[in-house]
Amino acid sequence: MIDFVGKKRWFFLVSAIAILIAIISLAAFKLQPGIDFSGGTAMTIDFTPKVEQSESTQLQSQLRQEITNFGHPEAIIQFQREGRNFFVRMKFISTEEVNELGDRLEAISSRDVEISVPLEMSPIIAAETARNAGIAVIIAAVAMLLYISWAFRRMPKPFRWSTCAIIALAHDALIVMGVFSIMGRLANVEVDAMFITGLLAVVGYSINNTVVVFDRIRENMIRLVSPDFAVIVNRSLLETLARSLNTSLTTLCVILALFLFGGATIHNFVLVLLVGLLAGTYSSLFIAGPLLATWEKGEWRKLFSRAPSVGKTA
Amino acid sequence: MKKKNIYLLIFILVLLGLALWSIVPLNTKLLGPDGLTLGLDLKGGSQLLYKADLSKKDPSITDEEAMSSVIEKIQRRVNQYGTTEPVIQRQGSDRILIQLPGVEDIKEAIGLIGKTALLDFREQKVDENGNPVLDDIGNWVFKDEPAKAEGRDGIERELTGEYLKHARVNIDPYQGPLVVIEWDSEGGYLFEQITRRNLQKPLAIFLDNEIISAPVVRSVIQAGTLGQIEGDFTMDEADTLAIQLNSGALDVPLAIIGQENVDPTLGADSIQKSKLAAIIGIILLLLFMLIYYRLPGLIACISLGIYGAFLLAIFSAFPLTLTLSGIAGAILSLGMAVDANILIFERMKEELRGGRTLGAAAEAGFDRAWTAIRDSNITTFIACVVLIWLGTSATFHASMVSGFAITLFIGVALSMFTAIVITRTFLRLIVSSRLVTNLTAYGVKE
Repeated sequence: MIDFVGKKRWFFLVSAIAILIAIISLAAFKLQPGIDFSGGTAMTIDFTPKVEQSESTQLQSQLRQEITNFGHPEAIIQFQREGRNFFVRMKFISTEEVNELGDRLEAISSRDVEISVPLEMSPIIAAETARNAGIAVIIAAVAMLLYISWAFRRMPKPFRWSTCAIIALAHDALIVMGVFSIMGRLANVEVDAMFITGLLAVVGYSINNTVVVFDRIRENMIRLVSPDFAVIVNRSLLETLARSLNTSLTTLCVILALFLFGGATIHNFVLVLLVGLLAGTYSSLFIAGPLLATWEKGEWRKLFSRAPSVGKTA
Repeated sequence: MKKKNIYLLIFILVLLGLALWSIVPLNTKLLGPDGLTLGLDLKGGSQLLYKADLSKKDPSITDEEAMSSVIEKIQRRVNQYGTTEPVIQRQGSDRILIQLPGVEDIKEAIGLIGKTALLDFREQKVDENGNPVLDDIGNWVFKDEPAKAEGRDGIERELTGEYLKHARVNIDPYQGPLVVIEWDSEGGYLFEQITRRNLQKPLAIFLDNEIISAPVVRSVIQAGTLGQIEGDFTMDEADTLAIQLNSGALDVPLAIIGQENVDPTLGADSIQKSKLAAIIGIILLLLFMLIYYRLPGLIACISLGIYGAFLLAIFSAFPLTLTLSGIAGAILSLGMAVDANILIFERMKEELRGGRTLGAAAEAGFDRAWTAIRDSNITTFIACVVLIWLGTSATFHASMVSGFAITLFIGVALSMFTAIVITRTFLRLIVSSRLVTNLTAYGVKE
């Protein structure tokens, strides 16, 4: 049998390290914002006749020169072998400016130029998108905090329960963001609007898991299973363990299949769900309940002392 | 008790029948163009966000009037362009969101929407001796002002698109496509005077201050007859021009501040792969349920199948647009539907191990699991409502967040129904029929 509450120091330590890494990475590398959040224009530039591999380097430096002259030295220009065209990402420019750039490129390359814009966003809209997403998540979290406090109103300190649930939720969100921050650094993975949707799903999943565990703790409290709250929490976790693992496993079946075999467009999104699912399963078992037990028993200080914790398995 | 369960079973079967009836006709293309409504990110297409420059509006109308008039005109242009299910939405005070599913040539669409389409005619510029002015390369030069004439009431007026009744495309065997214009009575009156004045002289046709063509007036076009715009048009260009002329000039200039174009083939490829992946994942999930929970697992598989049918039926009945984020919501709600079943079965096993009879254990399983299902799902509902509420008031990617939340809300509501009504009824029927009493079948060692 697992001693969730007794070994809580170790579980907290694992999470603390993970969160610390996430926070450091977020502070150092931040998240790589996609055009959705930073604003900008993405363009595909097709030349007719098509660009040969051998000409690409020369044409790329011509492009670089011209786009810099156009006032956008920050542009990222890549030759795409598959389409034999160039992908350019730069600060936001208007439709008229795109057309003007096309004319200029025709002049310097003496080929026909076709520019298509898969995505562009003015910085104002991008900032709004980011802000709205942030506000939505915060309001949703507060609303859930209030509901959980109300749902557990028969418990002595319901606010503690909801706070622990929200901490578990923040834990999962932070770990997902940390992973994407590191991946942004290593593999240039960007966060876009789909990332936010994925994060919302993770948050929903996390809170769902925590509430199920708390529900059992509540039931065992009412049935006065033990006078020791730590024992109640541990027992509740053990009783719901099969459910927690099975639910995670079934969800994992679907998400893993999507991750391995799904289309490229949803790959990063499914990765958010995958990391979130793992973090969420961990936090609902090892963080939310043990944290509540620590708080209820006023054992914050003991977490850092050398004396063994009191929790025992029933 | 037994009777009630049979009624419930009939009720479920009737609902299932209805659900199947609403989804089966499109069964062959379940996720295709004729089935569920797919969003831009799946089907491909374009999303444009425009900002209207309200400082340039006619001061005699309010911002509201200018915006609703612009939207109405865009609506007309887009409708005539022939896109299926376009969405044209005002956002905030001066923004317009336009979604064009399946549009491949976005440049043409942008040209169509954003052009202000101001039509006028201009007379040739002449010097003081009355000779035509020519530019350096010998082309005619036209006046900067639109041609004017005296109206029926004696007041001088510019002849513009304002007096246009209707424009259509005609194909002339010699000149190719041209646009035929029909004036209203005032326009016809003005046009008659202008053509009389310019007989045997060129008269330039201007659209948005750009010269389209400058045919020589061969005869006086009398009021009540048709005029025509000649130019070196392709059929498409002539069509676009006719559409623009018919919808009239936009009241304010528009600028694109955001756009997203999804290649339809990319979307299709992604759907194909993800569909297969989802099927693999769901089969694994069902196998897991079957092996781990045995008979109740089988019941769960059946009720999850019904759940899927209901979800599809709701989607096609409303109809709701399915986007990537909607699919995310659906996956999460599927997870929660499975979770509700797992909660119940785990509880039931506990009760069986505790020595209860099969019937009592099943009932206790549902009763005890209910509070957990209720509280976790209500928490999810609350989050969904917040997201739907905030999502609909936000901008570009708003549909993404609210799409997720709407699907999740429906999915979770349905998952509660699945677990509490469908699984329960089936389980009660099986338990009370005493067909299977061996506890091994319920995943508990005897």
